Amino acid sequence: MCGIAGYYNLQFPPEISLSLLERMIWPLRHRGPDGFGFFQNEHIGFAHARLSIIDLEGGWQPICNEDKTIWVIFNGEIFNYIELREQLVRQGHQFSTNSDTEVLVHLYEEKGADFVKELNGQFAIALYDSRNKSILLARDRMGIRPLYYCQYKGRCYFGSEIKAIFSADPFLPRSIDPQVLQDIFTLWSPVGADTIFTGVLQLQPGHILVINRQGVGIQQQYWDIDYHGMVSNASEDELVEELRTLLIDSVRLQLRADVPVGAYLSGGLDSSVITSLIRHYTTNPLRTFSVAFEDAVYDERQEQAEVVDYLQTEHDQVVCSYTDIAEVFPKVIYHTETPIIRTAPAPLFLLSALVRKHDYKVVLTGEGSDEILGGYDLFKEAKVRAFIGAHPDSACRAILLKRLYPYLALSPIKSASYARQFFATNVQPETDLLYAHQPRWKNGQFLNRFLSDECIATPYSPVEKVAKSLVGRLEGQHFFTRAQYVESKLLLPNYLLSSQGDRMGMAHSVEGRFPFLDHRVVEFAARIPVRLKMKGLNEKYLLKKAMRGLLPEAIVQRKKQPYMAPDILSFFGATPPPYVEYLLSRENLNRSGLFNADLVANLVEKCRVKARQGFRENMAFVGVLSTQALHEQFVENWREDCPQTLKNTRRVIQ
Amino acid sequence: MQANIERIRAFIFSNFLFDADEGTLDNDASFLEQGIIDSTGVLELVEWLEETFSMKVQDEELIPENLDSVNRLTRFIAQKTA
Repeated sequence: MCGIAGYYNLQFPPEISLSLLERMIWPLRHRGPDGFGFFQNEHIGFAHARLSIIDLEGGWQPICNEDKTIWVIFNGEIFNYIELREQLVRQGHQFSTNSDTEVLVHLYEEKGADFVKELNGQFAIALYDSRNKSILLARDRMGIRPLYYCQYKGRCYFGSEIKAIFSADPFLPRSIDPQVLQDIFTLWSPVGADTIFTGVLQLQPGHILVINRQGVGIQQQYWDIDYHGMVSNASEDELVEELRTLLIDSVRLQLRADVPVGAYLSGGLDSSVITSLIRHYTTNPLRTFSVAFEDAVYDERQEQAEVVDYLQTEHDQVVCSYTDIAEVFPKVIYHTETPIIRTAPAPLFLLSALVRKHDYKVVLTGEGSDEILGGYDLFKEAKVRAFIGAHPDSACRAILLKRLYPYLALSPIKSASYARQFFATNVQPETDLLYAHQPRWKNGQFLNRFLSDECIATPYSPVEKVAKSLVGRLEGQHFFTRAQYVESKLLLPNYLLSSQGDRMGMAHSVEGRFPFLDHRVVEFAARIPVRLKMKGLNEKYLLKKAMRGLLPEAIVQRKKQPYMAPDILSFFGATPPPYVEYLLSRENLNRSGLFNADLVANLVEKCRVKARQGFRENMAFVGVLSTQALHEQFVENWREDCPQTLKNTRRVIQ
Repeated sequence: MQANIERIRAFIFSNFLFDADEGTLDNDASFLEQGIIDSTGVLELVEWLEETFSMKVQDEELIPENLDSVNRLTRFIAQKTA
């Protein structure tokens, strides 16, 4: 795991000195603390910060092919590199290292841009082909590893994090895009290639991009989840068997490393599945890590202990208090580089610190299972709404709602007319392509109320933007797979795998790996019939069946708990952190110009009186606070003091 | 009656609208349709009613006809405290 950064000279007189590349890679040193490598000529510059995991001695980057015409820097892992290498050696390629990186240059020689389709892994790649003076950028299928780029004054800059781009040139404009801010507040994620910063784009998951003397190309998709394909007609037992076999293989493949590999354990089904598969089907020593909360409302220690006892793992946990979350929050935003509407990344920041303290660099996690196998309450809610919509007077209504929201047992949804309102059951799943997401997004719109008049001056609808960008992929699909697709394109890559995933791990040089997101598993899951993904209201039905006997029955049967952390409560304890008052002061709000200072003052007052608030208030408060922190760190005061010369530079090619 | 309308409006403004612009809330506007209140908000509203007017709201009274606008709330409070 690593950080990459670089540039392509589109027209600018080339800067020969190394200092531009040093400035860009320096703020990514948390991603690769083991050393730096550079490649530079009159057209391009590549910089690499390395976290050594495979081929500890030989794996320094950039790496080239036999005749030094192809150069590559890359962040991530190619899990099938051993098989690819064998094949390439048979084809006559000469390898000079044992690293997974080197297969990229040789495979590119064989296949051109299509080489990405052969890769099983999680990656962000920049590859220079000196024969036609072009750079190819590529990103993994699900969006596990990040890659951003930005064109400014005759150069295209790119990097694993936006910090690298902002450090390239102090005059490069840095501003928050008010429409993307509305996207995040409404949809909980930007859409497509957008990022919160105007002019900075992300290379989308499953896409490649070519930059050459003609300019920066358009992103081309090389892979997508295909729900339009054949639905499997295999029997239930056959599907269970195939799912288990694939997951075992994925776990085995993802344990490939020259350093020890651990696992996160949340107490829920998915991380327990991964841990159990490591225990039962590999010889990897089992080392697990988890987050615990002082507040029992969020804590899952009991469930974690159950899995630890059952699988006999060597386990460590970090206990997280309100104060801990508040203390690390500004650092968390430094790493997410985007507004967030929950504090949930903060405990994961503390967790990766724990992992690093125990000298582990790699952890397997259960991320992605809910999207591909149909686990979320959002999917369940859509099923219930569709049922109630079709059978408005059914006696089952109350029972269904109670099963769906036991914690809302006393809530007004027992009333038929309230239920109709909350669940928008007057809308038909067939007529609205975004049926499952509408209630969530309607709620999200509440947050936009806090934006300043300037921010919302141009009429704009985030929901229409999503509809427009995804319509071609949603038409003709069942509402359940439509919901899965939307989750897999928005929240999964742009929040869960980044703000809660890559960024929190990499903050402490820890690499996450995600066996559920092996593309073979994702492609298989897309063929599972909808009725078997969620049987009745039993989510991830096939996975549970596949894991019988491999996990405690209580864990398999446990009602799904969304992972949450205390939000407002963290910031209004006995000693509120001083930055809250500072960032939310009228002066600072006016300076960013993003929010209505009166409304924010009223919200803060409400939180001060009582810190236990509803979902919307929690999201609004964290959304405003994180955006203000982002503005303060990245727009107002962006500065990374790069040393004159970088120590630990292992390779320079000019 | 008028006093209760003002108290309700003040509560809605400070708790759900966060806005001082009096023109933004019509006394007949549906809290749900306007997105002023969500499901947890209804519970918050009920808690406030019970505390402020020393009344007990029964499960079967949790219906939009009683709770879903300033005017409906005013009538409901009048009935309950009569």
